[in-house]
Amino acid sequence: MAYLQAFGAYLPDRVVDNHELSAQVGTEAEWILRATGIVERRFAAPDESVASLGIRAAKNCLENAPLPARDIGLLLAACSSAERRFPGPASAIAAGLGIQGVPAIDLPIASAGSLFGMALAAHLAPAYGHVLVVATEVMSRVVERHPAHRDTAILFGDGAGACLIGPQTGFAEIRDSLLASDGDFAEALHLAPDAPLYMDGRTVILQAARKLPRAITGLLERNGILPAAVQVFLMHQANLNLIARVAQTLAVPEDRFFCNIQRYGNTSSASLLIAAAEWRLQHPSPPAGPLVFAAFGAGLHWGALLAAPGTPANSGITVGGAM
Amino acid sequence: MNHQARIIEIVERLSGKPLSIGPDESLFESGVLDSFALTDMIGALEKEFSIRIPDSDLTPRKFESIARIDAYVAHALLRAASPTLGTPRMGMPRG
Repeated sequence: MAYLQAFGAYLPDRVVDNHELSAQVGTEAEWILRATGIVERRFAAPDESVASLGIRAAKNCLENAPLPARDIGLLLAACSSAERRFPGPASAIAAGLGIQGVPAIDLPIASAGSLFGMALAAHLAPAYGHVLVVATEVMSRVVERHPAHRDTAILFGDGAGACLIGPQTGFAEIRDSLLASDGDFAEALHLAPDAPLYMDGRTVILQAARKLPRAITGLLERNGILPAAVQVFLMHQANLNLIARVAQTLAVPEDRFFCNIQRYGNTSSASLLIAAAEWRLQHPSPPAGPLVFAAFGAGLHWGALLAAPGTPANSGITVGGAM
Repeated sequence: MNHQARIIEIVERLSGKPLSIGPDESLFESGVLDSFALTDMIGALEKEFSIRIPDSDLTPRKFESIARIDAYVAHALLRAASPTLGTPRMGMPRG
């Protein structure tokens, strides 16, 4: 068995609103808001890196648990915007936490990276003990802020999230997960070396609007849970309209889906854990019902994870960075 | 009502206005449908023609124009009647 113990997050200080961005990409701030639901996003400072953001989120998560870093048995780091091809940020994050020697594995999966990390952590926690999942992205450096790349430039922001999963106790037990991949659409969303991020938004939306609800429904059905019984859906924050579409397909009120994309944009793999950290900050008491995590992104990779109240709650009530 | 007329009716219902472009013009570039209206149209086509559009066919290019949608629906109906047929190929007739 495995349990959710705490979440953490870190957001860079610099706020970039739609007015600032619209001037760079040749559009109107109102159009950005209407198309995406995003009001503003954060950009990392020049001296920040995916590793430094990840370390801040990881420390915040460990404070919230609370757990000393030396008790971590395994670190998984999701990141799609690393400054170099290898090594990824996992080992640097581990070093920043002072846990050299602990296995640290990179998951360059993009938007679904933290969900895949959580699912893997749930399986690995019985063998490794506490597993820290970190997702960190500096997307502002992989998109081109130019009118020719307007559709991607308006979406992304920087940030990091973290999740601590343990084998024995936590505020919710991870009951099940459903992961899937489809390489037939790998070209629809990719980041090639020395080129800006490419996204065929229509294909991604078409695929996500069908695959995400299907994954969530499949997961809930095999666990005998109705969507209406879920306390909160915590999703990758890709697009407010997509989240609304998933809610509509599941016939669940939109307010059951926690959203913070308005303030941070799409932070790729980090967004799910940043959302979870904020949700937990606002709901520190034991969950009253099942929690569903879901993500979709490049690969294509997508899936859903189910957690439900299990053992007595721990703390986990502060969030780092300027939120 | 023929297939194309039924398709136009769906597009007009989703866009909320009469269709003012030709059958070969892009529904996306002309602003008739956005990404989310496209997802609605897929569902509406499945319902209207009692067809199942597989995930592998969910690419905007196959639904770019009224003519392409018409060709896709025709092939999907044929496929439903003869399951050994493959999925429609791109480069379908443009008008």
